[in-house]
Amino acid sequence: MDVLQELETRREAARLGGGEKRIAAQHSKGKLTARERIELLLDDGSFEEFDMFVAHRCTDFGMEKDRPAGDGVVTGWGTINGRLVYVFAQDFTVMGGSVSETHGQKICKIMDMAVQNGAPIIGINDSGGARIQEGVASLAAYGEIFQRNITASGVVPQISLIMGPCAGGAVYSPAMTDFIFMVKDSSYMFVTGPDVVKTVTNEHVTAEELGGAGTHTKKSSVADGAFENDVEALAEARRLIDFLPLNNRQKAPVRPFFDDVNRVEESLDTLVPDNPNMPYDMKELITKLADEGDFYEIQEEFAKNILTGFIRMEGSTVGVVANQPMVLAGCLDIDASRKAARFVRFCDAFEIPLLTLVDVPGFLPGTSQEYAGVIKHGAKLLYAYGEATVPKVTVITRKAYGGAYVVMASKHLAGDFNYAWPTSEIAVMGAKGATEIIHRADLNDPEKLAQHTQDYEDRFANPFVAAEKGVIDEVIMPHSTRKRVCRAFASLRTKQVTTPWKKHDNIPL
Amino acid sequence: MFKKILIANRGEIACRVIKTARKMGIKTVAIYSDADRNALHVKMADEAVHIGPPPANESYIVIDKVMAAIKQTGAEAVHPGYGFLSENPKFADALNAAGVAFIGPPKGAIEKMGDKITSKKIAQEADVSTVPGYMGLIEDAEDAVKISNEVGYPVMIKASAGGGGKGMRIAWNDDEAREGFQSSKNEAASSFGDDRIFIEKFVTQPRHIEIQVLADGHGNAVYLHERECSIQRRNQKVIEEAPSPFLDEATRKAMGEQSVALAQAVGYTSAGTVEFIVDGDRNFYFLEMNTRLQVEHPVTELITGVDLVEQMIRVAAGEKLPFAQDDLKINGWAMESRLYAEDPYRGFLPSIGRLTRYRPPMEEATPTRAVRNDTGVFEGGEISMYYDPMIAKLCTWAPDRATAIEEMRLALDGFELEGIGHNLPFLAAVYDHPKFTSGKMTTAFIEEEYPDGFEGVTLDESACQRIAAAAAAMHRVAEIRRTRISGRMDNHERHVGDDWVVTLQGASHDVTITADRSGADVSIGGQSLRVESDWAPGDPLARLMVDGAPLVLKIGKISGGFRVRYRGADLKVHVRTPRQAELAALMPEKLPPDTSKYLLCPMPGLIVKIDVSEGDEVQEGQALCTIEAMKMENILRAERKGTVKMINAGAGDSLAVDEVIMEFE
Repeated sequence: MDVLQELETRREAARLGGGEKRIAAQHSKGKLTARERIELLLDDGSFEEFDMFVAHRCTDFGMEKDRPAGDGVVTGWGTINGRLVYVFAQDFTVMGGSVSETHGQKICKIMDMAVQNGAPIIGINDSGGARIQEGVASLAAYGEIFQRNITASGVVPQISLIMGPCAGGAVYSPAMTDFIFMVKDSSYMFVTGPDVVKTVTNEHVTAEELGGAGTHTKKSSVADGAFENDVEALAEARRLIDFLPLNNRQKAPVRPFFDDVNRVEESLDTLVPDNPNMPYDMKELITKLADEGDFYEIQEEFAKNILTGFIRMEGSTVGVVANQPMVLAGCLDIDASRKAARFVRFCDAFEIPLLTLVDVPGFLPGTSQEYAGVIKHGAKLLYAYGEATVPKVTVITRKAYGGAYVVMASKHLAGDFNYAWPTSEIAVMGAKGATEIIHRADLNDPEKLAQHTQDYEDRFANPFVAAEKGVIDEVIMPHSTRKRVCRAFASLRTKQVTTPWKKHDNIPL
Repeated sequence: MFKKILIANRGEIACRVIKTARKMGIKTVAIYSDADRNALHVKMADEAVHIGPPPANESYIVIDKVMAAIKQTGAEAVHPGYGFLSENPKFADALNAAGVAFIGPPKGAIEKMGDKITSKKIAQEADVSTVPGYMGLIEDAEDAVKISNEVGYPVMIKASAGGGGKGMRIAWNDDEAREGFQSSKNEAASSFGDDRIFIEKFVTQPRHIEIQVLADGHGNAVYLHERECSIQRRNQKVIEEAPSPFLDEATRKAMGEQSVALAQAVGYTSAGTVEFIVDGDRNFYFLEMNTRLQVEHPVTELITGVDLVEQMIRVAAGEKLPFAQDDLKINGWAMESRLYAEDPYRGFLPSIGRLTRYRPPMEEATPTRAVRNDTGVFEGGEISMYYDPMIAKLCTWAPDRATAIEEMRLALDGFELEGIGHNLPFLAAVYDHPKFTSGKMTTAFIEEEYPDGFEGVTLDESACQRIAAAAAAMHRVAEIRRTRISGRMDNHERHVGDDWVVTLQGASHDVTITADRSGADVSIGGQSLRVESDWAPGDPLARLMVDGAPLVLKIGKISGGFRVRYRGADLKVHVRTPRQAELAALMPEKLPPDTSKYLLCPMPGLIVKIDVSEGDEVQEGQALCTIEAMKMENILRAERKGTVKMINAGAGDSLAVDEVIMEFE
């Protein structure tokens, strides 16, 4: 009886974390507690906790007098819509969620389990940082977590939810996970905080400006999305998990869908405007191709000239990369290349087929791009597409110019299906620029130049030259694109590719 | 009968005329500008002729170009639609000279009725009741004051060539008469190139009621009863109906007979409309006669069964009217809603762009109900800046007014329209307004009931409960689908519960669902509502039966629930488990970002000029800048006193919605 009594008492104490007062403080900041967050993240009643009674072993600075059960992190596993996931949630009410040796060990334990059993790891970060009293033991804990992040990378999906502070070395664990989501106004991430920044550089900056959700989703691209509050962030994390395979040996999940595979969208026939210089919204195409118009966008607020995210076709996940003509004419630049490259590599690592929608006038010119290394960054996207062995379907809607054409999942980078709309123009560059080079002698004769431009347009402002050479598999009508793409992916379900042995590649980082 | 006719118009009216012509076995020719290359009327017509660049004054209203198209195609007659060349005597002349029939009235009638002063004189001579007023031209401001006193205040000062509210002022005293005369005159001169002004009695509690007439070339003329068009915004009709809820049999007959008398007095043939203003005591006064087919003609067709376009064509071909006055009875009630590409949440500013989704309710006609949708657009089409921003005319018919209104509410709920701002929520709100449903509206309805513009509506408790029940049932279905994903841990699947908390319009509703094969019983607020629907997750439109009554909701995606559009409301509806709801209640309420320090561009458009400079102190209501959109110049004014801190745009800049034009300190 005594043991049962003690078990109950200990459990109660553990569940209370840092106590009612600290829970109230956490709530007053608009934040939920670690356990509440796990409750919202997982299916009702599915959470099974590990290491509830683990306590730290530090004896310095009087720490031995305060050994709360769980040591500032709640770990375990459960299900999301019936599918296995592993989770850890740092508990800010217990010693500020600071990372001790044992805290780290708890996280490592479930990470090891996740890799062994092939299930995603979801980390909820809300921590003041290292437990300073423990010194190097705390840093070691971080190091152990980092190593596991790296081992797990490409094996199981890793998702980080930043729901409070995440500063200093702690940022590098989320940084190595596949997706980072933040909560607006109550989370921040930085390597050095505002105080240090002020001392060292004399810059005055708030925590929110330095590392808030806005900063990381719009400027730094560290985070992949930002949500209004904890409840929304956790609901959207569930939604993301529904798109992802549990590990790299599984196909992406399939779920029942209520959409017509053969759905015809007549309105797509007028999506591309008559005037080649007029923009249009590529998101309309994505949502009209997707099952039920559902598009889970990744990095929506960053490098808006390229769109990345997940849709479903016939109920199974497809990763979409699309140039967005509404922003910077849809050109590729450093940010767009980095954003899309990382997304493509994630999809390839986890067997998620890739759909690429192309309307690209080229790479953004200028010293700022060249000095910042657009060559290497642009190469990342080229490389990512070229090494990807997942099913690759590409649809050119309008412009596909120059090197950017090759980069955007062209036939030459082992594209499986390369379709073009009748409005597509596949050429080295726009007609005007091309003419000025080919017919340099006539530069001072506007009439002749206009004629040359017209000739060039007649020759290349259509998909037929490319189709004649077989680099476009077929010219398809916009209204039947959904059906054609669905069929293409269906035919690629058994795709197999062998590549030469290598230890690993050497992507231009 | 003609073998081929040309329609000298575009948009819905061109499509409307083509439909009837096709029914009569007549070939049709469309004309189109560059902007209309892919337009619906071009696709519908047997032939189409390109007639120039987008602006109407370089294409649709250039008589020579239209005449060339007639010659090229060999059309024997021309239907002008409304607007453009429909009331242009020169066009009638040109057709006459070319020996082509004009499907409309004789040129003489157009001319006589085209001028407000002449038409009023003719009306008086034909014993048509006219508004007391001074028919002569007014010399100067003092003359205006003298005449105003003779007519008696309040008076209306109007431009002779006016229309659409331009050059119109109301004066309640001498000062206002003096001022009104001058501004009317200036406006008339700049808008119409004709600064003649007249003054008449201003009618109180006015209702706009008009009589449809039809006359043939054999001396027969009839009236097809009235239409009430009192729901107007800035003199632009928004909702029309037939018959009028206000007229009695005697007034109807008197108005009809006077209208026929007027038509005969000017030798009218074809379809025409005599507009009256009717005061609170059912005194009616002649306003003007429109010598063309009216936009709102479908409501008359729905209650009389007469195809007005067909009769116009037959009359133009010399046929006799196939009916006499006694044959024309009023059958049931018809409502018409004009869907405009105008954003009601932004002061009805025009909204142009691509219709990413356009799914009108299905047209049908049965003995107990009818839905009709006259349109010239299609999904994927463009609402262009060059023409009238009307998207469609949605009509419903039923045996009585209340049912016709209910049919309209359902039709609007089921009308899917995305990509541009539009007035559908506003229309829906009017159909729920007690003053409208009781039929007690005047032409001031919108001004009086929505003085500060439209900000959506608040639904009552019963509507909220019905929506909450529907949302819970739909959410449950969507959640169950999520549990059917592949890769589950066998035997450890997620179980979706029956208890939910639905939050909308700031209130929470506890809901329990008992589902069966054909639907669900949803207990909410102490009652049980039966919810049945074939809605599937992802459907943007949910047609449900809730407790035996239809409920049609437009469904959008938001985290943890649905965006629901219903009637005039646009709601965020969250559906959560009780525990989720408990935790969600802990989340801080976040206020939308404060934009009061910014002047944001309210519509896509071109900056014509900036009226202030950085550092200027501005007063409330002061003009800040002018934006041109859809050929309309819109002046943006300061909402409060302040100082201009920074100006981010200049004349000639083309801006998108919500771009910052200037910042205040």
